[in-house]
Amino acid sequence: MVNKQSTANISVQDMIKQNKKKKNIGNGIEKFVPIFLLLCAIVSVLTTIGILFTLLRETFSFFSDVSLVDFYFGTHWSPWTDHFGGVAPLIAGTLLISFIAICVAVPIGLASAIYLSEYATERTRKVIKPILEVLAGIPTVVYGFFALTFVSPLLGNIFSEMRIFNALSAGIVVGIMIIPMIASLSEDAMSAVPHSLRDGGALGLGATRFEVAIKVVLPAALSGIIASIVLALSRAVGETMIVTIAAGATPNLTFNPTESIQTLTAFIVQGATGDTSFHSIIYKSIYAVGFTLFIFTLIMNILSQYISRRFKEDY
Amino acid sequence: MTQQINISQIKGRVTRNKIYKGIFILAISLAMLALATLLYRILSQGLGYLSIDFLKNYPAPYIEEAGIFAGLMGSVFMMCITAPVSIILGVSTALYLEEYATQNRFTRFIQVNVQNLAGIPSIVFGLLGLTLFVYLLAMGYTLIAGALTMSLLVLPVIVVASQEAIRSVPKEIREASIAMGATKWQTIWRIVLPASIPGIITGAILALSRAIGETAPPLIIVGAAAAIYTIPDSFLSKYTVMPIQIYSWTARPQEEWQFVAAAGIIVLLAILLCMNAVAVWIRNKFQKRY
Repeated sequence: MVNKQSTANISVQDMIKQNKKKKNIGNGIEKFVPIFLLLCAIVSVLTTIGILFTLLRETFSFFSDVSLVDFYFGTHWSPWTDHFGGVAPLIAGTLLISFIAICVAVPIGLASAIYLSEYATERTRKVIKPILEVLAGIPTVVYGFFALTFVSPLLGNIFSEMRIFNALSAGIVVGIMIIPMIASLSEDAMSAVPHSLRDGGALGLGATRFEVAIKVVLPAALSGIIASIVLALSRAVGETMIVTIAAGATPNLTFNPTESIQTLTAFIVQGATGDTSFHSIIYKSIYAVGFTLFIFTLIMNILSQYISRRFKEDY
Repeated sequence: MTQQINISQIKGRVTRNKIYKGIFILAISLAMLALATLLYRILSQGLGYLSIDFLKNYPAPYIEEAGIFAGLMGSVFMMCITAPVSIILGVSTALYLEEYATQNRFTRFIQVNVQNLAGIPSIVFGLLGLTLFVYLLAMGYTLIAGALTMSLLVLPVIVVASQEAIRSVPKEIREASIAMGATKWQTIWRIVLPASIPGIITGAILALSRAIGETAPPLIIVGAAAAIYTIPDSFLSKYTVMPIQIYSWTARPQEEWQFVAAAGIIVLLAILLCMNAVAVWIRNKFQKRY
């Protein structure tokens, strides 16, 4: 009897000990986990720092060989003969592509957004929105293939002086690529406009749907719409594969869309795939071009966030 | 008299409404027409070249022998590294931001930073990978350097998707768990994560399927080559991926290679379609509404 009691006592003591041990392990986990999670969160910060650091380091070392004024304001860009006089042709190419893309995407994207949010029934929306999402999910290399093998020959029939590699077909296809972005972000902004404004405020007073869309919904959702356009513009500027495949590789200070041009991104691809050794001048030049591109897109992203925050109308 | 003017005015407004509705429908049809043309072109060009041999062959100088096997396996191997790395980092970051972080400047900084990372062109990530992984860490033009670059590229997307999934778990069941005596980590591990895992997986699959399709710009920079005649046998072997193969076929001057490229695109699109279908299926099947 006594014996039995003692074993029972021991086992209870053991259990308490074990429990304490478990609790200690538990406490250890409770302390360790947040630290681990914080470390993971810091990786994203380190990525940004890493990008800034690598871009700046190589860019500075590039500018010790090439004058900054020449690089940004010269007009003769032919790196393979050591002429780094000016990224102007590359910037012009990027702007030309973006301009064509925006001309295609803004009217179509906005009209689609107005149709989806103001006219379409719930059923049509459920069919059309996934289709637009498919358009957004197609890889850019596929768009590039489409631009080169379909759009370019098609436009070649219309414009006789058109090159096979040209800014127009690449720009149009970049535009098609960013349509879903403008359409869905603008539609979100328009759908956020409260129904009381539409139904009670305007439709009830006898306005047509078109008048409601233009005079009530569009002004109310304007900040979201502009933010979506700026964001899409930044996508177009950073777009790489379509322009590398279809726009050509001729740095060209021109605004003639039928010419072959080169963008900032396409030059980076060309510079990195050629025989470039580590720390050669061309190797450094792709970082200087990359830094320029990074600044462009960063400004637009911040602008987009600022517009949607600053001019947001709360209902 | 005035009534007549009014009626004609109203008629004009109604017709204008109809005309503009037509224009809007036309615009949206144009977008869908572009998609249809693109798919039709690719199917009509590529289907003839698509065969079992095309899936099994390595890239070759002759059209009849060219295949996408190296690219296919390269993409698969790359995902074997990119998926765990980016999901562990991404979900951990999201858990930290949603569950542990206090609202201070540093937290807001991480949050804004993640948003800005998502907006940086993918080719800039390629430049980071080139300096950091290829040269500084001396990995060279290898599979692991490419896969780590891709992990950093998809990280912000996975963070945002996981944050949304975690945020959608209602406060009440968290508080119930804490009230029962569970610790914070027990609550997260046993309550919050299981409830948010469908959302996280859906977001992760969508992000990774984007990574498979959009690998081309950063990977060209960190040295994925097109002429690879083996499948990768270690982290440090040379590799190629499907978009790079397609790019190299598209860039060839002879027109027949377009058909090979189209066949490659069909394979790529089929894989993306399957991944997206799985993601949608998981979302519909496991989505709990609280």
